[in-house]
Amino acid sequence: MGQILPAGATAPDFELHVTPDQMLSLNDLKGKPVIMAFYPADWSPVCGDQMGLYNEVLSEFRKYDAELLGISVDGAWCHEAFAKDRHLHFPLLADFEPKGAVAKSYGAYREGEGVSERALFVIDQNGVIFWSYRSPIAVNPGADGILDALERLQPHGASHEHTTAAHHTV
Amino acid sequence: MSTLRPPITPYDHVRGPADAEVALVEYGDYQCPHCAAAHPHVKLVERQFGRRLCFAFRHFPLNQVHPYAESAAECAEVAAAHSRFWEMHDGLYENQELLGPPLFLELARNLGISDLELSQALTAGTFAPKVRSDFLGGVRSGVNGTPTFFINGRRHDGTYLHQDLAAAIETHLHAKV
Repeated sequence: MGQILPAGATAPDFELHVTPDQMLSLNDLKGKPVIMAFYPADWSPVCGDQMGLYNEVLSEFRKYDAELLGISVDGAWCHEAFAKDRHLHFPLLADFEPKGAVAKSYGAYREGEGVSERALFVIDQNGVIFWSYRSPIAVNPGADGILDALERLQPHGASHEHTTAAHHTV
Repeated sequence: MSTLRPPITPYDHVRGPADAEVALVEYGDYQCPHCAAAHPHVKLVERQFGRRLCFAFRHFPLNQVHPYAESAAECAEVAAAHSRFWEMHDGLYENQELLGPPLFLELARNLGISDLELSQALTAGTFAPKVRSDFLGGVRSGVNGTPTFFINGRRHDGTYLHQDLAAAIETHLHAKV
């Protein structure tokens, strides 16, 4: 396993299908914190739970004006069916062609299996990675790390407990 | 390692002595089949450890996949306002296949809560903030699915089977000696 891009690195830009007929680029979201949640595959049980959890926590992410993007190597039609089945209210990006190119640029691709790692990135308003985390592939990382990072990124955000800033760097 | 952020407070539903040696906290969803499956295992653990254990339950409804989870959680809170939380809690899990408004009304009636009171509380969302507060505390503690257990504040990453929970609890009991 390689290293995922660490805090302080510039987040590589991309332009990917977000629906079968729409593209989304990281640049489109400049000015807002962006959460990128790389996961191995639609439909596998752990990913389902992870995306389902984030779906429930969306309103908290939005208190920090943050945009959540799920991303895997599945195609746009697969994502569409998955999002519909799970009632997901955030975009899923198809890192499909060339396969896993964006995951590779973030250091979050598993060559052997041909899927992305279960990796989280919080990107700041200027497109710089503020926090990143790679979870063991079978473990749903939850949302606590993301919310902690958003809180430190934006001390004026939803919550007021921003005293833990110093000892959280990955 | 994820740890429980909100400590047990008087706002929690706790069974067993508050000063027990081990505190087991569950984040659960009344419509989650895994939580219903875990329910008898938790009861076994409570029986096994008796007064050495206290058990607290917090709500973690996954509303996008479980349409009745939120109302069920609020029902339990209505019962809690009558000091009957645990009866409602057990009734919801033990009848999960019937989950829905008729079951809510029936369980409430059995506890002496009128149809009118229950419907009004659910419609007004009287207890929605309490349920949300449980949920958010869980999110900040690293709850990553349901059920998630914490034993003396540390997330239990083993299964909910009686023997796994009991073994983990034993570890904490021995750690104290």
